Amino acid sequence: MSIIINKNTKVICQGIGKSGTFHLKGCKDYGTQMVAGVQPKKGGTTVEGLPAFNTMRQAVKETGADATMIFVPAPGAADAILEAADAGIKTVVCITEGIPVLDMSRTKAILKAQFPSVRLIGPNCPGIITPEECKIGIMPGYIHRKGHVGIVSKSGTLTYEAVHQTTAQGFGQTTCVGIGGDPILGSTYLDILPLFEADPETEVIVLIGEIGGDAEKQAAEFWKKNMKKPIVAFVAGRTAPAGKRMGHAGAIVGGADDTADAKLKMLAGYGITTVDNPSKIGEAVANLIKR
Amino acid sequence: MKLHEYQAKDLLETCGVYVIKGVVVSEASGIDAAVSGISGSGPWVVKAQVHAGGRGKAGGVKLAKTKEELKEKAKAILGMQLVSNQTGPQGVKVKKILMVEACDIAKEIYVSLLIDRHSGQPMMISSAEGGMEIEQLAVSKPEAILKTLIDPLAGLQPYQARDLAFRLAPGYPSDSTVYVELTELLMGLSRAFFKYDASLVEVNPLIITPQNKVVALDAKLAIEDNALFRHPDIEAMRDVAEENPKEVKAQESGLNYIALEGNIGCLVNGAGLAMATMDLIKLHGGSPNNFLDVGGGANKDTMAAAFRLLLSDTQVKGILVNIFGGIVRCDLVAQGVIDAAKEVKLSVPMVVRLEGTNADLGRKMIAGSGLPITPAEGFDDATLKIVQAVK
Repeated sequence: MSIIINKNTKVICQGIGKSGTFHLKGCKDYGTQMVAGVQPKKGGTTVEGLPAFNTMRQAVKETGADATMIFVPAPGAADAILEAADAGIKTVVCITEGIPVLDMSRTKAILKAQFPSVRLIGPNCPGIITPEECKIGIMPGYIHRKGHVGIVSKSGTLTYEAVHQTTAQGFGQTTCVGIGGDPILGSTYLDILPLFEADPETEVIVLIGEIGGDAEKQAAEFWKKNMKKPIVAFVAGRTAPAGKRMGHAGAIVGGADDTADAKLKMLAGYGITTVDNPSKIGEAVANLIKR
Repeated sequence: MKLHEYQAKDLLETCGVYVIKGVVVSEASGIDAAVSGISGSGPWVVKAQVHAGGRGKAGGVKLAKTKEELKEKAKAILGMQLVSNQTGPQGVKVKKILMVEACDIAKEIYVSLLIDRHSGQPMMISSAEGGMEIEQLAVSKPEAILKTLIDPLAGLQPYQARDLAFRLAPGYPSDSTVYVELTELLMGLSRAFFKYDASLVEVNPLIITPQNKVVALDAKLAIEDNALFRHPDIEAMRDVAEENPKEVKAQESGLNYIALEGNIGCLVNGAGLAMATMDLIKLHGGSPNNFLDVGGGANKDTMAAAFRLLLSDTQVKGILVNIFGGIVRCDLVAQGVIDAAKEVKLSVPMVVRLEGTNADLGRKMIAGSGLPITPAEGFDDATLKIVQAVK
């Protein structure tokens, strides 16, 4: 089993410039059912052997796609999210980095009011993968194995690290969700955790957090109240100075309770297994599964 | 991107916010002429124009009763090394000052706007207890802070601004112009927040004079970096002299870099991994010199630019390269490391950890390069090795 996407998911790539096309091919080669590319002015051409369309409306009508992967540059990416939602797409994965925060604030408000059933992953994220079935994003597919660990993370390369470690330990993953590093995200831990709790194959969840915001605290409260499956948590940025944006737009320490140390302490206080050494995530998962 | 107070006042004014503008001086030789031409009969205030907060307590804001005194105070502040709780112990040099006519104050109010991450919406934060630091107030008297969520599609609504006006300035007659002016000023701040894609608008204090005039006495405005492409006119107002020179240089090379205090230079792909690498160095008893995310496309040019940046810092006693090559191939990264190390003449120990696509090939290339580079297996091993190497 898996969450959100599986081998039946049909995926469009929105934005088929250089990097969109590159990753469309990467996903297709991995085995994802890529069905089309979309970019204005490119309708009627082909991209990596797939039909290209001018609009999402046309592409969904012709292909019956239910998911999309967005590479549209930041100035137009929020608009692309809404275009996908309006065309009937249920899972929107936005890879684009650098979307203005007010654009995302408006987009989230519109999604909530008009398209409440659309699931947006990202923006500024590596995407989502159900190993050996469907990859929607830029992650290196080959480090993943089908298995029993669910991963939800704000970071890209740090997720690969966790995947690599859990694969090396022999457990593999059910689904890995990169929720993204922006201050306003389509899906938060709270949207993903209940799915892992309900997924019979997922035994342990790895949660990777960062400095900034209170999402980790919400996750901990939710876990305490509603979940039985164990979580291994790591929070990046213990050495980050206050007030500086650490690469990700959302990774900025604003107050006393959004530092990495405060978050790790808070998570441990709720009874969640925390690691302060990011190279020990796999070991911590192994300890929980063996128990 | 941070703006100076005088720039913020210009921008807020165009949105209907009442401010008192003054004269900006950046050369000591210009002070006398500026003071002679200044309007009003005094007293005046001299305010250091620096990006760091906490200016008042640090001696960067001074009152002057006469023009002679104004010249004296202006000369003292311009060029001073200002050390506040936000500048670090070395402080910042004051390169510009603002001289403005002083106001009598009957009441002080605090107002700011920012994005509330919890709701994903803009929020106006205000308090009838202005003048003091909001962080302190949040601890000592949190009930005195009002939080108003703003619909991102509609902006602050007049009823919200009116309601706030009556709560922030209680005690004036119901028909006082204070409420009309305060409502309009709050609406103006919200308009500015949206118009300029601000990440922060802060007025502390917003004051009411004894003559019932409502004035934004101070102004802070920061523009969200991701939205600067929509505001080339504001980007042109950037004062790079106020920013860390190494960070400015890094930005020009397209690198995501933050300067820190330690001696281990870090070069990593991905923001989360870069942060985690710094954390692990610290955990093993070392001290990171920087945050540096070279991004997904770590090619030869970005690598060379990154090495030059790190090696130009005499504090750097060793370099750790930590790459998890997902999309980017490790053999290409290795070639980039080798070329860059040769080009910039590597003068300190370097540990390289490569993982991911073609990692074996990349490791072999580095081992065979003849360069004094220590290969590492895994994240933990890499940080331990570099911490040892700089000891």
